Amino acid sequence: MSFGYTPGITVLKDVSFCIPSGSSGCIVGPNGGGKSTLLKLMLGLLSPTTGTIRIAGKTPVKSRSRIGYMPQYHQLDASFPASVLEVAMMGRITPFTFFRHSKKDRQKALQALETVGIADLADRSFAGLSGGQRQRVLIARALAGDPELLLLDEPTANIDPGAEEKFYATLNELRKQMTVITVSHDMGFVNRETDLVICVNRSVTLHQATDFTAEAANEVYHHHVNMIKHDHSCFCHCKKEHDN
Amino acid sequence: MLEFKDILFAPEWSFLRFAILTGLCLSPALGVIGTMVVTRRISSLAGASTHAALGGFGLALFLQRVCLWQWFTPTLGAVIGAVAAAVAVGIVSIYAKEREDTIIGAVWAIGMSIGLLFLDRTPGYVDWQGYLFGSILLLTSNDTYMTLILDAIILIPTIIFFPALLAMSFDDTFAKLRGIKVTALYIGLLVLTALTIVLLINLVGIMLVIALLTLPSAAAACCTAHLRTTMILSAFYNALFITAGLLLSCLLALPSGPTIVVLAGIAYILSMIRKKYSSK
Repeated sequence: MSFGYTPGITVLKDVSFCIPSGSSGCIVGPNGGGKSTLLKLMLGLLSPTTGTIRIAGKTPVKSRSRIGYMPQYHQLDASFPASVLEVAMMGRITPFTFFRHSKKDRQKALQALETVGIADLADRSFAGLSGGQRQRVLIARALAGDPELLLLDEPTANIDPGAEEKFYATLNELRKQMTVITVSHDMGFVNRETDLVICVNRSVTLHQATDFTAEAANEVYHHHVNMIKHDHSCFCHCKKEHDN
Repeated sequence: MLEFKDILFAPEWSFLRFAILTGLCLSPALGVIGTMVVTRRISSLAGASTHAALGGFGLALFLQRVCLWQWFTPTLGAVIGAVAAAVAVGIVSIYAKEREDTIIGAVWAIGMSIGLLFLDRTPGYVDWQGYLFGSILLLTSNDTYMTLILDAIILIPTIIFFPALLAMSFDDTFAKLRGIKVTALYIGLLVLTALTIVLLINLVGIMLVIALLTLPSAAAACCTAHLRTTMILSAFYNALFITAGLLLSCLLALPSGPTIVVLAGIAYILSMIRKKYSSK
């Protein structure tokens, strides 16, 4: 499929890939490469100019109830008056949720908060949390709807220092239960447990995580990329080559 | 010296009791709509809607007196102007967010100008100052009935759709992904906001509508961490400020609208200071 916001200007061109259910992937690529656009297409917020997208055999709009989506938290109002549990319960809402959430919704939301390790914060105000805690609440909200596909937009962008290890452990746990796709603006986060690396830069290239080397990274970013081995994951750091 | 019991019982103060009653009836609607305006940050949209109401008002009064369209009452004109402006700006904010600011400015100024031009050409005496700054003498029993109807059409959907309203206000993209009709819900909210504005104009005047629509809710938001409790507390604050403001304005012979707004403003500043102080 291809997509452009205005006729004649394509943001994503001749994109064709398939993510097997149950696997995990990491969408990487430079800023402006089309990662957010790809995400919006997968959520059915945008429709492709040409071609089709199918998620679990159906259009993205029809599959929405099976997708758990976590946006970047800085897109949201940080001082919004709601408790952590209230935010998590939003993940259970349907067009037929009237008056208040059911006991089951509450239970599922609490369970999701437990999964991400912040069940003790349920009654706290969302506005009073740290960046990393908020991110976890938003993951819990995505999980509360029992998704089969979890889409996480920049999940490590605001993680508290020190909480990283715990966060990766949570994510790896989730990978065993559902298809997990994360988006990252630098390749800071190509976890060892990831099966696929989905490189987005106008076009999309799929790599098996084991084959993803510095050469492949260079191709996506069009400039020199340093590869640094890390004890629990493989990090790539981009170094811009200056002309001078 | 005016005695308190006179206000309560003397026949010459019936208009004040009437104004207080209308204010109390308006408070629940203000609590809900004001809180939504503050949390969704659409106070400038509400401002544009308010000034467009003057346009509709002027047009209606002109047509009533010049073309003798008796059915086209100024209130109906104001409702049409306010609702049309709110929906138009709302649609722009959904589909062309980057133009929102410009459109708000344009609707604001054009609405007000149209109103003033028509009022200028309307024969006979027009108490337009009363509409700009509010006059509780303009209130009729019709206003009270309309306020009660407004309460019903605001409170019933708010209670039924509260989870959707909360989810949409927090993150409309996510709510949309969960199947909530966010556009319809948002436009509905804007229509109700416009209706609230028209009724509020009679009480405090066009210039002060935004103040009363936002200050009590903003003060309430400083004191509580839930949308629901903010709405309830805001309704309570509105009832308090309107009643106290009206009584005070009569006791001290002050204009009523500004007195109410100054009380609400003081409460907001005190709430902010208290919040800042208690969070340290």
